[in-house]
Amino acid sequence: MLYREAGDFKTSYTSDNQTFPIRFDRYGYFFVLGVAFLIMPLILNDYWTNALVVPFLIYTIAALGLNILIGYCGQLSLGTGGFMAVGAYASYKLMTGFPDLNIIFVILLSGFITAGVGVLFGLPSLRIKGFYLAVATLAAQFFLIWLFTRTPWFFNYSPTGMISAPTRTVFGVPVTGASASAVSMYMICLVFLVALAWLARNLTRGTLGRQWMAIRDMDIAAEIIGVNPLWSKLTAFAVSSFYIGIAGALLFTVYLGAAEAGEAFGIDKSFLVLFMVIIGGLGSIFGAFAGAFFLIAGPVLLKIMLVDNLGWATDLAAHIEIMIIGALIIITLILEPHGIAALWRTIKEKLRLWPFPY
Amino acid sequence: MLDTQPEEGYTTADGRKIGGVAMEMRNITLRFGGVTAIKDISFDIRWGEVRAIIGPNGAGKSSMLNVISGFYNPQEGEIIYKGYRRPRMRPYQVARTGIARTFQNIALFEGMSVLDNIMTGRLNHMKANIFQQALWWGTAQREEEENREKVEKVIDFLEIQHIRKTPVARLPYGLKKRVELARALAAEPSILLLDEPMAGMNVEEKEDMCRFILDVNDEFATTIVLIEHDMGVVMDLSDRVVVMDYGKKIGDGTPDEVRNNEEVIKAYLGVTDD
Repeated sequence: MLYREAGDFKTSYTSDNQTFPIRFDRYGYFFVLGVAFLIMPLILNDYWTNALVVPFLIYTIAALGLNILIGYCGQLSLGTGGFMAVGAYASYKLMTGFPDLNIIFVILLSGFITAGVGVLFGLPSLRIKGFYLAVATLAAQFFLIWLFTRTPWFFNYSPTGMISAPTRTVFGVPVTGASASAVSMYMICLVFLVALAWLARNLTRGTLGRQWMAIRDMDIAAEIIGVNPLWSKLTAFAVSSFYIGIAGALLFTVYLGAAEAGEAFGIDKSFLVLFMVIIGGLGSIFGAFAGAFFLIAGPVLLKIMLVDNLGWATDLAAHIEIMIIGALIIITLILEPHGIAALWRTIKEKLRLWPFPY
Repeated sequence: MLDTQPEEGYTTADGRKIGGVAMEMRNITLRFGGVTAIKDISFDIRWGEVRAIIGPNGAGKSSMLNVISGFYNPQEGEIIYKGYRRPRMRPYQVARTGIARTFQNIALFEGMSVLDNIMTGRLNHMKANIFQQALWWGTAQREEEENREKVEKVIDFLEIQHIRKTPVARLPYGLKKRVELARALAAEPSILLLDEPMAGMNVEEKEDMCRFILDVNDEFATTIVLIEHDMGVVMDLSDRVVVMDYGKKIGDGTPDEVRNNEEVIKAYLGVTDD
């Protein structure tokens, strides 16, 4: 009964265009933001932060980025892991090269560097599309990982080949390195995610977003009505890589603390983020959140259920867990091929009319 | 210097003003490998007129439209547009010179709403850069509203208010055709190319579409180039008709002249009448 647009009249195009046209959604959004910023920091402990919340925030950023590329612009990419590695190694080089630079700028700059690399590897998209482009980006994945493991300059000639993040602070509070607290890690990731999600929403609802979607839906018609394919595809690659680079930088500096390219940013990461985007829903900001939550929280919650509640052996539970997640992915995609976001949309449409559907 | 001298216009019987030459095709030849789709065709389009291109299937009509919209580059010949010879251009650059079109097979963006589809038609009028758009600030927001207003006028004009927020994929065929016209109109083109706007429509939808085409021509003084198979429609709507057959021009003139042209009757109308 609360979920209504009737009586909520829009008197300007601005208010008609807003992200949450239904009042209930709007309040829900502010409520979630309030909980995330004010209540979560008070109740978070180390286990939940490390196992669930921080990876969820970081992978949502990566999923947002990939969703812009695949879901909005229709360019298939399997190079996510490689681009995350670019973000991570860029942040490492910046942190060690310029120790006085604030970590916020380090992460932003890493994003921009990754955007540049993304544009470079996005150039083939002007000639090839679909699966062939996926294979071309796969080459980017393998090349970048090879580059970072074989070129000692990138890991400052450290004998182990690992990169590790020194301690950096924001307003005097350490957010990276061993002394960072759970809450500070959580807050920096949350701030980045909220800001980036807001930017993604703006980009996708404006002219640029429409150009991307036009290219996705029918590239020839798009070009004939005036979309410059070069510009739209390369901006999609740039914005997408910017997001993925920031996710990689955060994953390395804030979450992992130490990393090795092949292990932390391998091809499995590319697939993980791709699955998040597909399961969450292509072409939807909410889908990035839903997909990341599904694939990050799913294994954690299953482990708690199987090991802690049912008392199964850890190794058995680990295998069963993989099978259940796989089955859940298939079931979700059979029930709703367009992902959790589409399911959510259907529920909301039904809810608008509930309980009087006529 | 202009490549053509502007010519005097005239006024039609129903009081519309037809201006000088807007676009002139000079000896256009288009080949695909060994196949010659268009052979040495020349004709002109005047400001404000409804110009039809007719001909049997495979005559090269759609190829001609694709040449005008820059999708194909002819091997020979030149296009004089607004008095200047048009250089080789990509289709999106042609779109920016004020040429919009609809397609024979509907080419809407199926994943977007009707409103977004029509807003896409206005993208050549939007100048905000990527950072302004990302922050949704200043120029970006103002532009979005100004263009939304223009788009709403087109929506009113074509009477599709009720489906504004509907995803295009859910619409029936006739409405899709109308949305496609709306998208082309939203660009405020100088020349509007319509590739079989009435194909596959029932009588009622055809009548609506005819009315819209005439209204567009009348109210916005938009020059219209039209490909259509329905002879009744063509003869009623157009000021001048080009007839093509096997890639060659076999007739050019007012509907009456074309109707009485021996060669046209033999090649085209005669066949359908028999």
